[in-house]
Amino acid sequence: MDTIGSTPTLRVARKLAYYILCTLIAVVMFLPFYWSVLTSIKPDSDIFSMPIKWFPTDITFEHYIKAFTTVPFGLFFSNSLILAASGVLMNLFFGSLAGFAFAKLKFKLNQPLFRVLLAAMMIPGIVTMIPSVYVLKHLPLFGGNDLFGAGGNGLLNSFWGIILPGASGSFAVFFMRQFFLTLPSDMMEMARIEGAGEFRIFWRIYLPLTKPALATLGIFTFQAGWNSFLWPMIVLNDPAKATIQMGLQAFSYNYQTDYGPMMAGALVAILPILVMFLLLQRYFIQGIAFSGIKG
Amino acid sequence: MASMRKLERHQARTAYLFIAPTMLLFIVFTVIPVFMALYLSFTNYDVISKKDWVGFDNYRRLIDDTLLWTTFKNVLIYSVIFVPLNILISLSLAMLMNRAWRGVKLFRTLNYLPTLTSAVAAATVWIWLLHPEYGLVNGLLSTIGITGPAWVAQTETAMMSIIMLTLWQSVGSNMIIYLAGLQGVPEYLYESAKLDGASKWDCLRYITWPQLRPTTFLVSTMSIIGALQLFDQAFVLTQGGPANVTKTPVYLIYQQGFNQLQMGYASAQAFVLAMAILIFSLINMKISKAEESVV
Repeated sequence: MDTIGSTPTLRVARKLAYYILCTLIAVVMFLPFYWSVLTSIKPDSDIFSMPIKWFPTDITFEHYIKAFTTVPFGLFFSNSLILAASGVLMNLFFGSLAGFAFAKLKFKLNQPLFRVLLAAMMIPGIVTMIPSVYVLKHLPLFGGNDLFGAGGNGLLNSFWGIILPGASGSFAVFFMRQFFLTLPSDMMEMARIEGAGEFRIFWRIYLPLTKPALATLGIFTFQAGWNSFLWPMIVLNDPAKATIQMGLQAFSYNYQTDYGPMMAGALVAILPILVMFLLLQRYFIQGIAFSGIKG
Repeated sequence: MASMRKLERHQARTAYLFIAPTMLLFIVFTVIPVFMALYLSFTNYDVISKKDWVGFDNYRRLIDDTLLWTTFKNVLIYSVIFVPLNILISLSLAMLMNRAWRGVKLFRTLNYLPTLTSAVAAATVWIWLLHPEYGLVNGLLSTIGITGPAWVAQTETAMMSIIMLTLWQSVGSNMIIYLAGLQGVPEYLYESAKLDGASKWDCLRYITWPQLRPTTFLVSTMSIIGALQLFDQAFVLTQGGPANVTKTPVYLIYQQGFNQLQMGYASAQAFVLAMAILIFSLINMKISKAEESVV
């Protein structure tokens, strides 16, 4: 940075110090990952030994097998996958549809409605948590309910109870609107002159241009859906519908000293997001930077 | 002229159609629950049978609820330590990583990885990291001759364990937000400051910090809102214990509402928490405004 007045040796020393510091920090941040992988492939005798064995002498996959056989981890995994993927599809479609309308179409309530959506993002989740359960339970004509929302359990204990409340998040709408605003409007005029309908204009012309934004939004929605814990725990009572986070929590609660399988389970719960990150890193960073700048 | 108006009307109709799903979900799962939250807090709703108006009973009851105020105290202690540390560490990391040197990208990635983990998986890993006898942390401490505490089982260190875990999980993404903020600070400010003989500390104090005010405001607001609603990590890592020192308001609301089914009372508690979040966000806004920008 400041090169004025520093000799070459001093500069090298500084650079070295910089790299040592950064490496130290990175090691601290990465150590929990290494430690959990290490534990998950060590035999029990090595897990409970002091001093710490930093490199495994014999590798075993028994902990992974145990994690998947004592509880239906595979089922939990696919439940979470279904929930997270549906959340992504819904948010991408409804979010961009509404985002497009707010960015590109003229209508009287455009600004007021958009402002209300934005303002609602400030409401802490805890306020709506309990009444949302009430709404889910008493949704008319769903899950055995009559027209007045009585009689059945509504959408409680159903995947829809997770998917619908988050199906078109205000953030998705806001995010997509900001992106549509950066696209020129004259393409729309041209298409209209040629007689294309509004949905066609949206679907065929504008949506394909937002692929990077869709990727970013999709990744964040998936991560949020996959990692969410409290709301699924409230809505889903049937153990066969449990998500991977619920399954992992129950496992670590019920098998408190089985650290090998616990680490194996935790890693499996982290893996999809980690893989996605490594494949699509660029979109992750863009997304956070976006929320930082616009927010 | 007439055709223009017809087009506009058509456009408006399409727009309302496009935003209809979003607005419908917004009304059902945000607007109704918000008003309902207020209403439920004046009832004795218990999911099964009762929902009678009880006036201010719930609010009177929570004044004498010592456990509730304990949870508030806990989460305040947590926030007072977590929020400033979160800002300090993320900003330091961002300033450290804000250069185009070889390998810096890798360091950024490694710092970012923990933010991908779910709270449940991270807490599960940390249960084992903080194991008093065979855990990594105490294992490392013992190599330098320190006998580490029983982290999550001791009242003095339980909250500290949660602070360490949540910092590990959150500094990476805030670092990216700060990096985006730093890239927006115009280079000429530093150049002219250097000409005036400003030290590195002066640059940080009078240029970087004031220029990053919007970023800091965003990061601090989000961390305050998140910190006051702490749940997942406290639920998995310490289960609110020992002796309730890590029990948080959301934890209590969850137990009151969904284990004991006192949803009316839990709604009143949720409202008080929402008020606390509002107050602290406003205080944060005041502090952020009070700091006059120099440039």
